[in-house]
Amino acid sequence: MGFYLLKRIVQLALTVWAALTIIFLLFFALPGDPAEMLTGNSGKIPPKTLELIEKRLGLDDPLYVQYGNYMKRTVQWDLGQSFKSNQSINEILGDKAPNSIRLGIWAITVEVIIGIGAGIYSAVRRYTFADTFITFVTVAASAVPVYVLGLLLIQTTGVFPNQHDWPAWTQFPTGGLGPNSWALGFIPTGHQWKYLVLPAITLASVSTAVTARMMRTTMLEVTRADFVRTARAKGLSERQVLVRHAMRNALIPVITLIAIDLGTAIGVAVLTETVFSWPGMGSEIASSVGSRDFSVILGLSIVVTLFYAGANLVADLMYAYLDPRIRLGGKGADR
Amino acid sequence: MTGIMAGPAAEAGIADVGAPTSPTKDAWKRFRRNKLAMVSLGFLVLLVLLAIFADLVCKYTPYEINTKDRLQGPFTGDHWFGTDKTGRDVFAQVIYGIRISLKVGFIVSFAAAVLGTIIGAVAGYYGGFLDTLIMRGVDVFLSIPYIITTVVLVGIIGRGVNAVIIALALTGWFVDARVVRATFLGLKEQEFVQAARALGYSNKRIMFRHILPNALQPVIVYTTLGIGGAILAEAALSFLAIGVLPPEPSWGLLVSQNKGLMQTAPHLVFFPGLAIFLTVLAFVMLGDGLRDALDPKMKL
Repeated sequence: MGFYLLKRIVQLALTVWAALTIIFLLFFALPGDPAEMLTGNSGKIPPKTLELIEKRLGLDDPLYVQYGNYMKRTVQWDLGQSFKSNQSINEILGDKAPNSIRLGIWAITVEVIIGIGAGIYSAVRRYTFADTFITFVTVAASAVPVYVLGLLLIQTTGVFPNQHDWPAWTQFPTGGLGPNSWALGFIPTGHQWKYLVLPAITLASVSTAVTARMMRTTMLEVTRADFVRTARAKGLSERQVLVRHAMRNALIPVITLIAIDLGTAIGVAVLTETVFSWPGMGSEIASSVGSRDFSVILGLSIVVTLFYAGANLVADLMYAYLDPRIRLGGKGADR
Repeated sequence: MTGIMAGPAAEAGIADVGAPTSPTKDAWKRFRRNKLAMVSLGFLVLLVLLAIFADLVCKYTPYEINTKDRLQGPFTGDHWFGTDKTGRDVFAQVIYGIRISLKVGFIVSFAAAVLGTIIGAVAGYYGGFLDTLIMRGVDVFLSIPYIITTVVLVGIIGRGVNAVIIALALTGWFVDARVVRATFLGLKEQEFVQAARALGYSNKRIMFRHILPNALQPVIVYTTLGIGGAILAEAALSFLAIGVLPPEPSWGLLVSQNKGLMQTAPHLVFFPGLAIFLTVLAFVMLGDGLRDALDPKMKL
């Protein structure tokens, strides 16, 4: 495991370096003036000012010098500052990242409980009405735009009860962070859960559907395997066969999927956070794109890519831990 | 596989074996039995027709402002889906919106398929350093969250339908490339390829005339699913106000522009939202149906 871990970390470092390079090229080497782009004012800046900006940002240096500086700043975690508000990106991160992480954690919780639960139920009750129903819902969920789902939830649980004077406990807020009260950093206290539950469900919708479908498929595959037949032949109860033998093996690819989803849910929840005005990294990216504040987009892209890479590493390590064939490099290693 | 001899084929018995058939015919036969896929196909044909004949179907254009008939509810008078805050006909907006969605969906998915097929074929066929370089590159691109790459590209290229198409096509070919490469790796050592090589055919000819037809099945399925994905992505970009420019009636843009009126006029969000949902769902089910139909291991 030690060697495998080392190998994966080196690979990850290389991937992150290459990803950072691509981000650099996207922002600095493509046609279009980076100074104009980073300040978000195409064609509106007097040439004199533009020159000063270029000097200040070192944009008049040759590309390889800029690249060196960019990498140096990134390693030193100096992500620059917003051109619109002059706020440093680190400060913005300090404000927004915790909210993104909280929302991401709860969305993944929904995905784990409902996705895995529905998938197993569907597989065990194969070809029943419940299975057909779950399958249809999971297919449909992949076609619903998340922002439309979010708006629908707001309309049915926030607006409608309010318009019809339903009791207060049925009414959900239509957006925002709410009282911002958390225990241990991520457990909502007081009324906080009311602000959290709709965005969490919305953010989880697509990945939950994917998880459920995958769980159903792997579960059906595993229940046909020889070791499950052996377990049945030994006379184990159906429950023991399903939980101890089938489920444990069927979960392996699903857990990998979920780990990757965590990376996506944090920071890439652009649509969900926008619909619910949830002040996280996703809505920050969206509003920066709207105001063309590319310096913020650049900083957040770096952070989000690192999150994503970290999640991929966790996924790989879990896979290796759960499936010894991988870390031992055996014959089934590339399965 | 049970049920090989079930159905009409079993009744016809051995006589059916000699009947003229082709893989395409078999696939169509399998496809036809999938009700959901057939319904989806019918729905999509209807959409294409509506897009072509939008001028004839709609009484209004999506741009006509009519302040007298502002914010009318659906199914009232002339306006089947009601009107928005400037009195524009929502039915016309949704129908003309089909043009944008289908245009983006078809062009993006087709361009991504062509790009991905060529790159994946080269990587898989030649292997070695070139393969490593290309596939590691794909890995790196996939290690940057999709939405970041797209958003940055759109930010650089600018807004509008064509910018969206370019940005989505440039970020859409990675999966196609992976799929095609995997198939090429599996096929390039097989006898028919060796035979073609022995006959002295050029690499290009072997790649595209001999191996590629065997790799087309997953590409067709992914392209179909990709159309739905591209439509969703365009709507999302337009929803974030970085996609199609107003007053073009992109569905995502319609949802975004009218979300503030959700409380008083939910139909303004409902109809474009439903249009996205049904169209994407149809492409997903069509793709699933094609996957089953094109798999020769699935018996008739």
